[in-house]
Amino acid sequence: MAELRARALTVAYGPRTVIRDVELTVRAGEAVAVVGPNGAGKTTLVRCLAGVVAPRSGAVTLDGRDLSALSRNAVARRIAVVPQVTETMFPFTLREIVALGRTARLGRFGTARPDDDAAIERALAQMDLLPLSHARIDRVSGGERQRAVVAMALAQETDVLLLDEPTTHLDPSHQRATLAHVRDLAVRGGMLVLAVLHDLNLAAAFASRIVVIHRGRVLKDGPPRDVLDGPTVRDVFGPGLEVIRHAERVLVVPDRLV
Amino acid sequence: MRIASLVIDTPVAARLERSVARRTRYLATVAGLAVALAAAATWALLLGAVPIAPGDVAAALLGRIEGPEAVIVRDLRLPRVAAAALVGGALAVAGTLLQGFLRNPLADPYVAGTSAGASLGAVAAIATIGVAQPVVVPAAAFVGALAAAAAVWQLARLGGRTTVLTVLLSGVVLTSFAGALVTFMLVMNDRLALRLRAVLGWLLGGISVIDLTELAAAALITALGLIIAFVLAPRVDAFAFGDETAATLGVDPGRTTAALLLATALLTGAAVALGGLIGFVGLVVPHALRALVGATSRLLVPVAFLGGSVVLVLADLGARTIVAPTELPVGVLTGLVGAPFFLFLLGRSRAIAR
Repeated sequence: MAELRARALTVAYGPRTVIRDVELTVRAGEAVAVVGPNGAGKTTLVRCLAGVVAPRSGAVTLDGRDLSALSRNAVARRIAVVPQVTETMFPFTLREIVALGRTARLGRFGTARPDDDAAIERALAQMDLLPLSHARIDRVSGGERQRAVVAMALAQETDVLLLDEPTTHLDPSHQRATLAHVRDLAVRGGMLVLAVLHDLNLAAAFASRIVVIHRGRVLKDGPPRDVLDGPTVRDVFGPGLEVIRHAERVLVVPDRLV
Repeated sequence: MRIASLVIDTPVAARLERSVARRTRYLATVAGLAVALAAAATWALLLGAVPIAPGDVAAALLGRIEGPEAVIVRDLRLPRVAAAALVGGALAVAGTLLQGFLRNPLADPYVAGTSAGASLGAVAAIATIGVAQPVVVPAAAFVGALAAAAAVWQLARLGGRTTVLTVLLSGVVLTSFAGALVTFMLVMNDRLALRLRAVLGWLLGGISVIDLTELAAAALITALGLIIAFVLAPRVDAFAFGDETAATLGVDPGRTTAALLLATALLTGAAVALGGLIGFVGLVVPHALRALVGATSRLLVPVAFLGGSVVLVLADLGARTIVAPTELPVGVLTGLVGAPFFLFLLGRSRAIAR
């Protein structure tokens, strides 16, 4: 069972400290949403948890082992990351994009084995992309591209899935479907899922736990109902936002403008 | 997700048919290019400044006749055709690799300055050591290419992220810097000044095989570069979304890039040693073939080699025969075709602006 942990994590780009002293432990079966205003350090946190950015101090461990001690290949077999970038320079088909998720498991000459093909087909089906398998990525919609990179990460068949704003280009129905699917992977499949989300309502609907990042620190960490209250939301995101509690749900809406 | 309904409304057979169709098209492309290469090579062996009957060409190749015609076919035309095929294939594969891991549709060894680095290495070797050791020129060209490729890669990353334009600008700067040094050496060095015409012809892109040992050395270096290219091709595609995503997909970006730079330098070094500065083959060939076989590098690398060979064997044949008995530098022909194509890509690619 996976446990991803940031201990006293501090990250800086040159003189600018982006993440300060973050303590965070996420376990298998959890669906965690990371929220915060622009520039709060959310993307940096994900990059660090994925091991692609080295911390200035502190460490990220997976099941107690420091990520920096593992090879890229070993990390890629445990942690998949859905990137923000969804555009390529070349006319790959969606299936070829999803197949990139198998890179860490390729044989010496890069040929796909039957279990690779099965994983690719499964990931395409999960993201509703089977009919578009052979469509070129530069000829599908932004939403379809975004689902393709999610499918690419799913094809990695890891037990940890990190997503950096995976719903930006999706329509409301596919936003819900994509997040419902990755939530299922956590809750039923026992995966560890952590997603950076801009939309607080989506975050509240998706996550079993919300981590609020503000100025590089963890400001709040807990179930959506406990974390998303009026003062916190206005404190972090600024005035003009209202938090409405209805039945078991939390809704964050803008003030009436007129 | 509507998984159940999907499986029903997307007949598996139809998708299977499409992947079978893709495979068939790939194999047809490989076969077509192999036939085209054989045909182009045959044609290039038959034609030349001195007319030789096809029957005599065949007899010369089989060793059945001796005399000046046999010498022309065996010692001049055959090595030249082999060298053209080698150079074209090497440049096209180097272009495929550069475009892939720099994520730059406009990269090729010529535009990115790798060829200029190789020519600087080769000229420096000729100026200081001379051509007495035929292995020296390809080896020095490789060293120059490696330095240039590494420099472009570093320069292109200065702003934090590599963009299409930074690679091109770095290539321009490197090319003029290397060009200045080459010119300086040509002027200052007696050994080079005496052979100015030959050196200039080679610099402008001209296949010349002075010595079979040099051809063999270049072939060996090309083979080494091709082996690395084949092994790394699947990992090149992992760079499709950038270095960081390559890392999360399990590719060590630093080590893989270093190996790819090495392969690019081996291929470019060998090509420049035999053919000087031949532009745009590495740019045009991968592009044209992506339209046929798709963007997957593992499939693209072999057809790029064949396609580059065909293009350069034909271009070299044109260079030898269009204004015979005078020879055009083959770089003139590839530039005439390649530069407009480059502009076409530049105009079409919206990605350039970013």
